[in-house]
Amino acid sequence: LALTGMASADPVEDTLTVETDDGPLTLTTMTSAPDHLTDTMDTIWSGWHYREDDTRDMERDDFDNPGMVFVDRAIDSWNAPQGVKGESCAGCHEGPESMAGLRAVLPRVDPESGKLMLMEDHINSCVTERMGLEAWKLTGDEMKDMLALISLQSRGQPVNVAIDGAAAPFWEKGKEIYYTRFGQLEMSCANCHEDNQGMMIRADHLSQGQINGFPTYRLKDAGLLSSQQRFIGCVRDTRAETFKAGSDEFKALELYVASRGNGLSVEGVSVRH
Amino acid sequence: MTRRLWSAALAALCAATPVASETAPKDVAFHEGAVEAPLSGAPGNPEAGVTVMTTNALGNCVACHTVAALPDVQFPGNIAPALDGVADRYSEAQLRGIVANAKMTFEGSFMPAFYKTDGFIRPGDGFTGKAAEGELPPILNAQQIEDVVAYLTTLKE
Ligand code: HEC
Ligand code: HEC
Ligand code: HEC
Repeated sequence: LALTGMASADPVEDTLTVETDDGPLTLTTMTSAPDHLTDTMDTIWSGWHYREDDTRDMERDDFDNPGMVFVDRAIDSWNAPQGVKGESCAGCHEGPESMAGLRAVLPRVDPESGKLMLMEDHINSCVTERMGLEAWKLTGDEMKDMLALISLQSRGQPVNVAIDGAAAPFWEKGKEIYYTRFGQLEMSCANCHEDNQGMMIRADHLSQGQINGFPTYRLKDAGLLSSQQRFIGCVRDTRAETFKAGSDEFKALELYVASRGNGLSVEGVSVRH
Repeated sequence: MTRRLWSAALAALCAATPVASETAPKDVAFHEGAVEAPLSGAPGNPEAGVTVMTTNALGNCVACHTVAALPDVQFPGNIAPALDGVADRYSEAQLRGIVANAKMTFEGSFMPAFYKTDGFIRPGDGFTGKAAEGELPPILNAQQIEDVVAYLTTLKE
């Protein structure tokens, strides 16, 4: 261990207070694990704690957070009359702050259809059914910009997705996927993000793989990354055939992974490398 | 289309005629995790073994292991035990078994099986994220396994 020098086994002790337009806001980036995880771990940590100093610093001030550019782009889209009859998001929903609290409880089951809904699904039902447009590409820029804007409205609120009732079967399915060892490398999400969190896999400091910070601004891509995209990347890295963004499997996985972060703050647009 | 068929036929032909005296992944005999017989006809080359161990697209052993004898490797991982002195802890046959399929030695190991071609869930075509087509090649070929084993047997303390 001494030989690797830079290897740090633990998440960095630090506090995330963000300078926002409305003043400083302190986020919960570490807290006790939700009940369903207490057999496995005591504490949950945002991925923010596993990043280098300069990456962590970029998230402390909205002025330095490169993800905010995409939020601005989404505000334009929110206000633009773009439906076939000139509808805009703002026309029906007023300001984006009307979406406060939503990010913290998604994914969740729609009581009418019984379907598990991601934020992307809600947005696309308005885009198609209420505005008469072609669905936005699930991992496209328009969609990710809007995810960033809507998520930001819940910044600071604790993630609190339901896992019981109608959500239970989806949650169970997501959990099964989380523990399945996929691909030629035979690795599960848990192998990396539960068994080995805090360790170095080559140059990468393994976090708990939480999604409270998503969508995230990823320095490596110089752009936004949604949780569905992150799942694709992680499964691909096991030399596996991935599931598609928005597939039933990855929707269930998103619910399960979100539930592992119940209690952490929504970070809105986080910064990761 | 024709080109695809042709290359598929070629692949089938290659699969049907393995290099003489090479043991196919399915035919490897494990005894308590160890593999006595070399997998290829030629002896292992330790230098080539180092290349396999430190190249991302090949063994990438250093993603998880440190090796004090390889100080030039940048940012080795620390998930797995340091490989220093492994030759004191294991015989050549045991090392061959661990590299070919570590799960035969360490039940449920996180270490990938480098000479195994079936029994996977949703195997992909390398790192493309697409489904594997046809028979999956092992991550390392027989000679690469022997090269790695040859290097590991030099790691004495
Ligand atoms: C081979 C190891 C490996 C496996 C298997 C793996 N991941 Fe990851 N994952 C990583 C690495 C490395 C990173 C980047 C560093 C970090 O944040 O942990 C990462 C990052 C993430 C992040 C981003 C965390 C953040 O705060 O930015 C999420 C979310 C995630 N993984 C979820 C998953 C899920 C879900 C699975 C299973 C479908 C999975 N991972 C499987 C290695 C893995
Ligand atoms: C013609 C009116 C209309 C337009 C235009 C519209 N929406 Fe909606 N939106 C609705 C209605 C109605 C609901 C359903 C409310 C409910 O089910 O409680 C809804 C629900 C949503 C929800 C889920 C909210 C929740 O709390 O469940 C999101 C997210 C959303 N819309 C985003 C958007 C975005 C982004 C746009 C623009 C791209 C947009 N909407 C355009 C009428 C509209
Ligand atoms: C993804 C992680 C990972 C990779 C990649 C990996 N290993 Fe391992 N290896 C492990 C783990 C974990 C163990 C410990 C055994 C266990 O408990 O499962 C191990 C154990 C070993 C051991 C036994 C060490 C001891 O002292 O008991 C040897 C030898 C070994 N690995 C060699 C290799 C070689 C050679 C490669 C590359 C061709 C490699 N490993 C790639 C994770 C890995």
